[in-house]
Amino acid sequence: MTAIIKREISSYFTSPLGYVFLAVFYGFSGLFLWMNCLSSGSADMSGVFVLMFFIVLVIIPVLTMRTFAEERRQNTDKLAFSSPVSLFGIVFGKFIAAFFVFFCAALVLLIYAIFIAAAVGNGGSEFVWPAFWGNFAGMLLIGAVFTALDVFISSLTDNQMIAALGSIGANIVICTFDIISGYISDENIKNVIDFLSVFGKFAEFTGGIFSLASVVFFLSLTGMFIFLATRVLERRRRA
Amino acid sequence: MIEVQNLSKNYGSREALRGISFSVEDGEILGFLGPNGAGKSTTMNIITGCITQTGGKALINGINILENPMEAKKSIGYLPEIPPVYPDMTVDEYLNFVYGLKKCKFPKNSHLEEIRTLVGIEDVRKRVIRNLSKGYKQRVGIAQALIGNPQTIVLDEPTVGLDPKQIIEIRSLIKKLGKNHTVILSSHILSEVQAVCDKIVVIDKGKLIAFDTAENLSRKLTGDRKLTVHIEGDCDKVENILKTVSGIDAFHVGRTVEGNVKEYELEARENCDIRRELFNKMAQNDCPILLMKGSELTLEEIFLKLTTGDFYGGNEQ
Repeated sequence: MTAIIKREISSYFTSPLGYVFLAVFYGFSGLFLWMNCLSSGSADMSGVFVLMFFIVLVIIPVLTMRTFAEERRQNTDKLAFSSPVSLFGIVFGKFIAAFFVFFCAALVLLIYAIFIAAAVGNGGSEFVWPAFWGNFAGMLLIGAVFTALDVFISSLTDNQMIAALGSIGANIVICTFDIISGYISDENIKNVIDFLSVFGKFAEFTGGIFSLASVVFFLSLTGMFIFLATRVLERRRRA
Repeated sequence: MIEVQNLSKNYGSREALRGISFSVEDGEILGFLGPNGAGKSTTMNIITGCITQTGGKALINGINILENPMEAKKSIGYLPEIPPVYPDMTVDEYLNFVYGLKKCKFPKNSHLEEIRTLVGIEDVRKRVIRNLSKGYKQRVGIAQALIGNPQTIVLDEPTVGLDPKQIIEIRSLIKKLGKNHTVILSSHILSEVQAVCDKIVVIDKGKLIAFDTAENLSRKLTGDRKLTVHIEGDCDKVENILKTVSGIDAFHVGRTVEGNVKEYELEARENCDIRRELFNKMAQNDCPILLMKGSELTLEEIFLKLTTGDFYGGNEQ
């Protein structure tokens, strides 16, 4: 599995893909930081995280689109399948590598926070670190969910474009439960949909609420999609 | 050692394999022969654990690949039809990756160097695989299969797309490998299988139609009863002598080879070796035999006979 993680990470950075991903993330987060904090002199970064949610939703599919689609097209999946590595090891290795690139991107938010905290400190007031950590955790968790979901979508096809578009669609679907729930009158169904709401739970984090239930929810979703991807590979072996 | 028992595979309603069985001993090279779409790659994919079978068993050194894949895959190196190389990596990066992927225990540098030298890719080790020629990609694919020194090496059409010089090199490499490994190789080029393999499996439309050594196959098909001889001497005289040879069932006169020498096709009675009697009689009558050979079928002929059903399908059953 470590071999797969290493190879995947290095493949992100031997092609322009990893750099473009980082550049887009850094560019937009910088822009949003300027809009939310620098131009108005506010030290509250929550707005940056909310806006970044929508960027992440679109760019993670670009990161994951080739994980399995490309392997299938190149016939390199046979190498992993005939090696002593479990299917879970293959999927998890690819997930970790993509998540690592996302993590490198998200780290920039921490750097912003350090600078803002320093600036706020100079002004004599306090930067609210707990709120930042909540936001940051929310960002990493939502990144993990999207990465796992999109790796799963990539395992379904051997065409990168379809993988990317399908992933963006899937990401939007799991985030729009909230919108649907507004149109439903039945309380019970509404409750279920609200419970499944991904954006709602992410919004809790940006609102400064660090809920363990939400953490478990996000991690379970991540685990579920990784599991589904291994099932897809297993099914293909049996097909 | 590999044992395949009654293996079958369905793709939806299409039967790709219909119960084939064979076995390969250690240190043997098995040739897998069949027309396109016969089920060669399917069988190899099952043996190496890339896909699963619908029925039957594949045992690698006694380990069932379906029940204990991790253990079984440790002793397999596989080169699929299209070499599974990552075009964006250099040869060295790629081999290092496979080394890690296979959880190889040998000292890394010397092990990889040994393999690079063996398959002849030492001089391209720093190059990106995308820029290599087809022949070199194929070699990198073979190198990958050798990492970890697996006991069993499965090569799916290893010489496809190579130039004649490379084909000869790869064949001699396979022969070399066959000395300490069990090798299964598939091909639809018959002369290739004849040149390198100890045993041959012929499959067609997912069915096993022959499993034997190349010599045995051709002997079985001809029944070892036909003999081609070149005899010098007057044709009528030779014919008269041939009539006196007791074991001959039938004969006919063929082309003139040179001057007074003609070719004769003899057919002996069953379980009858006519060679000594023939030699003595001809010698006594001063009609020297210049050439005598059993008319063995070439693999091409065997193959056609087998796949068109003249052999097991027609005569024997």
